[in-house]
Amino acid sequence: MAEQERAQRSSDRTDAKSEQTEVAATGSAEEISERIDDLLDEIDTVLEENADEFVKNYVQKGGQ
Amino acid sequence: MALRKVIGTETEFGITVLNQAGFNPVEASSAVVNAYVGSRSRIRWSFDEESPGRDLRGIGVIERPGFDFETGLVNTVLTNGARLYVDHAHPEYSSPECIDPWSAALYDKAGERVMVEAVRAAQQLLGPDERMVVHKNNTDGKGNSYGAHENYLIARSIPFDEIVRSLTAFFVTRQIFTGSGKVGSENGRPPVDFQITQRADFFEEEVGLETTLKRPIINTRDEPHADPTRYRRLHVIIGDANRSEMQTFLKLGTTALVLDAIEDGVFADPIELVDPVQEVWSVSHDPTLQYAMETVDGGAMTALEIQWQYLGVTRDYALSIGVAPVWMRVLDEWEKILIDLEKDPMITADRLDWTAKLRIFEGYRSRDGLGWNDPKLRLLDLQYHDVDPERGLYQKLVDRGAMRRLFDDEEVESAVTEPPDETRAFFRGACVRRYPDALVAANWDSLVFDIGEETLKRVPMMEPLRGTRRHVENMLDASPTAAMMIRALGGNDG
Repeated sequence: MAEQERAQRSSDRTDAKSEQTEVAATGSAEEISERIDDLLDEIDTVLEENADEFVKNYVQKGGQ
Repeated sequence: MALRKVIGTETEFGITVLNQAGFNPVEASSAVVNAYVGSRSRIRWSFDEESPGRDLRGIGVIERPGFDFETGLVNTVLTNGARLYVDHAHPEYSSPECIDPWSAALYDKAGERVMVEAVRAAQQLLGPDERMVVHKNNTDGKGNSYGAHENYLIARSIPFDEIVRSLTAFFVTRQIFTGSGKVGSENGRPPVDFQITQRADFFEEEVGLETTLKRPIINTRDEPHADPTRYRRLHVIIGDANRSEMQTFLKLGTTALVLDAIEDGVFADPIELVDPVQEVWSVSHDPTLQYAMETVDGGAMTALEIQWQYLGVTRDYALSIGVAPVWMRVLDEWEKILIDLEKDPMITADRLDWTAKLRIFEGYRSRDGLGWNDPKLRLLDLQYHDVDPERGLYQKLVDRGAMRRLFDDEEVESAVTEPPDETRAFFRGACVRRYPDALVAANWDSLVFDIGEETLKRVPMMEPLRGTRRHVENMLDASPTAAMMIRALGGNDG
């Protein structure tokens, strides 16, 4: 058996939290799909202005 | 017997400054870290090597005359026990050590909040037209990738070959719920409209030490930041940076449980793939999840079929030993995600970044008639990951209730400043807060204090599960100064 400590491997606090319902997404998948047009309209208002230029200039060297 | 899995994440963020002539990513990254640290006390990160086996009992004090600091690098430690620094040309946040995937996902999310604040602070230093943009993603779409690594503390006693044999097919196939999605392909891979992960195109070896070129599915970096006679740190480089909290939880939780099962020897006969490297991108390149890969026993299995097998073995194992509720939650969410992916991947768009993105892309494609090579889709692809809550598309989904969350804002804010209770990160974070002037250097496994004596005092922390709130809080409360704390430790066997 992989140790009795496994039974208490998480603090009670963490376990209590993980059992609670998370901050749930509201609405069914269908309802969310219906709101997609709304979402696109909202995205339009925040999207960087010049897609071509933004994408072209986005270079990220030196990563792992 | 499986060890408790101490878990942590490291994220390299993409960075750019718009409208800045001569933009230099190293300078921008330095500005981000410096601006965040700002008035907060600056604790240096120490690269000093540990002496193996020096501290088997726990926390003690070692005299260190003439301690040699490595300085000049932008590198610091935060009150939540995390490390914030510049890695090559990227700002990087390494979470504090956590004892379960719930807490680790929370501290990963806290890293995004740190970056939001850091960018706001750095923005003050920029010209009126210049704007800093930071992304939690893994590629620029031009063949340059940067990592989102996971770390799991595992037993040194498990032969590494066994880990490789049992884990490879899991890593190849977990992509279906760990991917953050990407338009197109890179690094010489076959063209594709959209794929499941950011990173798959960059994997070229089965096993190896590299992290920046010829990246391996299983990385052999052996740097436990803990007692090396007992521990190995499995440094996992094949994952994507996830914005979705549920996805980070799933990625860390399923991997930790599979590692437990491997440590306890339940994968006697693991699934082995004929060509794992090619399957990494083949799986990623098929968002329909229908692709079947060849196994060494002559069969052909889809990623879902392989995941069902891993879930089955791991669940039987977990139920047989009895696991805490947080791990039952992992099993439960793992099963749900496989069921939903099998039914229709788009059902998971409330939990997974790749399907959430795909829904946005398909929305734009049908509304605006965009082809897959339209720069606007590539922009959407990048902007999904923008950490700015006003601009990032992930955040727009959250604000609309279209993305499930695990944590509320208050919890995340708290994790930005407070360390986790259950690991040595508690001691580290608490010392940063309580003794900022005396704490002159820190790293994962030690702290160095200047308490006004001839020698600096070094406190090794070779056991990640020592130095917890339970172990040290009373002692810290009784020690208003670092000198008193060092004295208290000196009289303490740990």
